[in-house]
This record gives sequence, C-alpha cells and structure tokens, in this order.
Amino acid sequence: MKLFYRIGQYLILMKQVLAKPEKRSVFFRQLMTEFNAIGVDSFGIVVIISIFMGAVVSILVAYNLENPLIPKTMIGYTSREMAILEFSPTMISLILAGKVGSSIASQIGTMRVTEQIDALEIMGINPANFLIFPKLIAAIFIHPALIVFSMAVSIFGGYMVGIFTNLFTVSEYISGLRSWFDPFSIFYALIKTVVFAIIIVTIAGYQGYIIKGGSIDVGRASTKAVVYASILIIIFNLILTQLLLI
Amino acid sequence: MIEAKYISKFFSDTMVLNSISVKFEKGRNNLIIGRSGAGKTVLLKCLVGLHEVDDGYIDFDGRDFSHMNRKNRKEIRKEMGMLFQGGALFDSFSVEENVMFPLNMFTQMSEEEKLDRVNLVLKRVNLVNANHLMPGELSGGMIKRVAIARAISNSPKYLFCDEPNSGLDPNTADVIDELIAEITEEYNIVTIVNSHDMNSVLKIGDHIIFIHEGKVAWQGNRDEILSSDNELLNDFVFSTELTKRLKRKK
Repeated sequence: MKLFYRIGQYLILMKQVLAKPEKRSVFFRQLMTEFNAIGVDSFGIVVIISIFMGAVVSILVAYNLENPLIPKTMIGYTSREMAILEFSPTMISLILAGKVGSSIASQIGTMRVTEQIDALEIMGINPANFLIFPKLIAAIFIHPALIVFSMAVSIFGGYMVGIFTNLFTVSEYISGLRSWFDPFSIFYALIKTVVFAIIIVTIAGYQGYIIKGGSIDVGRASTKAVVYASILIIIFNLILTQLLLI
Repeated sequence: MIEAKYISKFFSDTMVLNSISVKFEKGRNNLIIGRSGAGKTVLLKCLVGLHEVDDGYIDFDGRDFSHMNRKNRKEIRKEMGMLFQGGALFDSFSVEENVMFPLNMFTQMSEEEKLDRVNLVLKRVNLVNANHLMPGELSGGMIKRVAIARAISNSPKYLFCDEPNSGLDPNTADVIDELIAEITEEYNIVTIVNSHDMNSVLKIGDHIIFIHEGKVAWQGNRDEILSSDNELLNDFVFSTELTKRLKRKK
C-alpha cells in the first residue's frame, strides 16, 4: 500500500512540476544555473571515469582475444560498441545519479526543513515547478551531451592504450572503430540517456521535496534518491534495451 | 481584515485546533500567544494556507480563502508577506536578491525600479550596505530584518510573523518588535504575530489571542492581560521569575 501511496504522491508532484513557469525570464536564469550545476560541474568526473574505463575495456578485450583468426581490429570495434551501447549511457548515468541526484535531494530537502519551500508557497509560487522544472529541462539537454562526450573520451582512452602498450596498434584500433557502425546505436543510447536524466532529477527532487523533519532526514533522502534512481536506471536499462534493440 | 470562523484542524485523530473563531484587524498588531504545543503555529499555518482546515473557513477581506482553488489563492498569496522563525532566506541568493525576489516574480518593474525598492525597504529595516552579503554571513537579527524586508518588498496587505524573536537577545528582539509595530502602522496592514515572548506581548500587543489546547481561552489587549482573572492565562503570563516578581510588586 505504501508503494502505491508513494507512486501517487510522485505523480501528483510531477503534475505540479510540469506546470507553466511563473515568469519566463526567471526560469531562463535558473535554467542557465542548472546547466552549470548539472553539466559543467559534472564534466571533470565524466572525463576521468570515461578515459580510464575506455582504456580498461580495450585492455580487457585485447586480453581476451586469444584466437589468431579474430582480427585485432575487433578491439576497436568492441570498445566503441561497449562505450556507445552500455558503458557511457548506463555507467555514467549511475555515477551522475550519485553526484547530481544526491545534490538535488539535499538541496531541496534543506530548503524544505529550513522553510524556504514554505516561503515560496506563501508568496504564491508553485515551489515544485520553480525548483524541479529547470533542473529537469537542464538535465534532459545536458545529460545526452555529457554522454556523447563520455563516448568520445572513452574511445580515446582505448586509443591511448594503443599508443602506450603493445597489445594492439593505433591503426588496428582506428580501423576497428570505423567498422560496422550503425547510427541507430547512438539514437538508442540517447533515448536511454534522456530517460535516465528524467529518473535522476525527478526521483531526487521527489525525495527532497517530501522530507519531514531535520538534517538527518535530509541525509536519508539523499541516500534514498541515489539508491532508488540507480535501481530504476538498471530496470529501465533492461526495458529500453529489450524494446529498442530486439 | 482576516476572519477565521469555527476552524478545526486534526492530525490523525488528534484535534489540534478546536472550532476557533477570531478576527484580525487592519493596522493592529495581532498576537497569538500560548504554550508550546497549544496550536499557535498550526493556527498561523492554517491562516496562510500551509495547512488545510478540516472545518470552518478563513476569510481575507470578504474572500473565502479556505474554499478557493489554487489559482485564486495565488492572488491572495501575492498580498501576503511572512516572516518565518528561522528567516527562510534563500541560501543561494544574496540579501539584495532575496529582497528583490517577490518583485522579480510578480511585478513588471524595471531593474532600476526594483533596485530602488530593495534599497528603500532595506533602509526601512536599518540594513544599509548589506546588499551583497549572503545569508550565511548574517547575524540572527540581520536575518530577521532581511526576512522582514523581503516580506514587505511587494507591499503586502497581510503580514504574518512566526516567532520573530526566537533565538535573539532581548535588545535585538526589542528592535524587531518595534520594526514590526512601525511597519504595521506605516503600511496599515493586518499583522499577525505568533509569539510566546511576554516582552513582545506587552510592547506591541494591540490584540492578543491566548490559545490553550487548540481553543481561544482569552482575548484582549496588552493593558488587560496583566489584570485578567483567567487562570490559564495567568499561569502562562506569570510563569517566568521576572513576571512573578512584577506581579508580587503590583
């Protein structure tokens, strides 16, 4: 019963979130701030994780290619496919669920316990729309950009392995990267990314918004936001993969 | 004028407000007093619509606030200003941005006009050269003054103050009381202050409502409160050592 109550509460909140913003100029100013908070501030962690994971993936593929009949160009091909189809959209989204999700939940939760949300309500402003909608729109646009960037950096990580080790040559890697490319895989990855962005922001926003209590509850909400968003990302990853690729 | 008629509020099975009827008039400092847990904050939150009443209604100058839809309520809310117990300033905004916020949201003023208005209200609460400070850099008294400035920046008709003196030293509390009283008179607004500070009661209480166990147990003004024969009120008013001594002297 509690699950149905929570789902109902979440849907009611989303109805408030998706209302028309009170004032367009204020909304655009907030949107720019959120682009910065969600996108630019996540840039560093995306680069670090993507480059190292890309390198590790190419090493693992090279290590497992023992059959001399399989060309080494497969390393580049497999690394690219792994980055585009799964690693960048899902892994980076899980990382961002931790970074961005906990930040949103604690920010909104703190505003709730310090009565800042009540202050907005009393001024006649829809707090759910004012606080969550700009984050949602920013995430829908910036999250795919981060993921595409992560794909490129991840592939570059594999390329670096080619330069610094004898596992494969750069030309073999690049040749593999150029083989059997299906643009639909990018489309599939971006659809997943947008869904994951919506999950991260709305779950974190919901967890922060419904807080009752004090600072301990802010911490709890932040943890719940990360855990629930991560679980939903994994579930929707399976559903979307089944729907779009098979 | 704000009028609450027979309002009741339950939390689960607990009745927190029991058929309260009370009028708050314009140009007067209306104080709601009572012990902790008496229902003062719930009453204030019902008046501003943060809690829905389970019975009765609240009327703002002839407009039934309790039974309005969200859109119509919004129009009345634009006429409200509220000072929260902790100030509730927006952490990520500077003092200037906090005070300018209602103007940004609800007026078509130019940037220059908004800045003039912000400077005027900040001057009114005796805060000059504080425009660019962040809430984290302010003292308790300054936070309350910025919150008052934000509450009055859009010229409200109704001002609500929840425990404006909590956490302040007696001198600063006195300054805040004076400021609230002056603003009430100057802007001729309905001011409702939720307090259990007897200094405030005696200093600015034009109309005092004593709440006990969710009911209005006594109403009067600051001159009548010390001579009342209401036992519940006397227990509350003369509960501190200072007031007890004052009573003995009298």
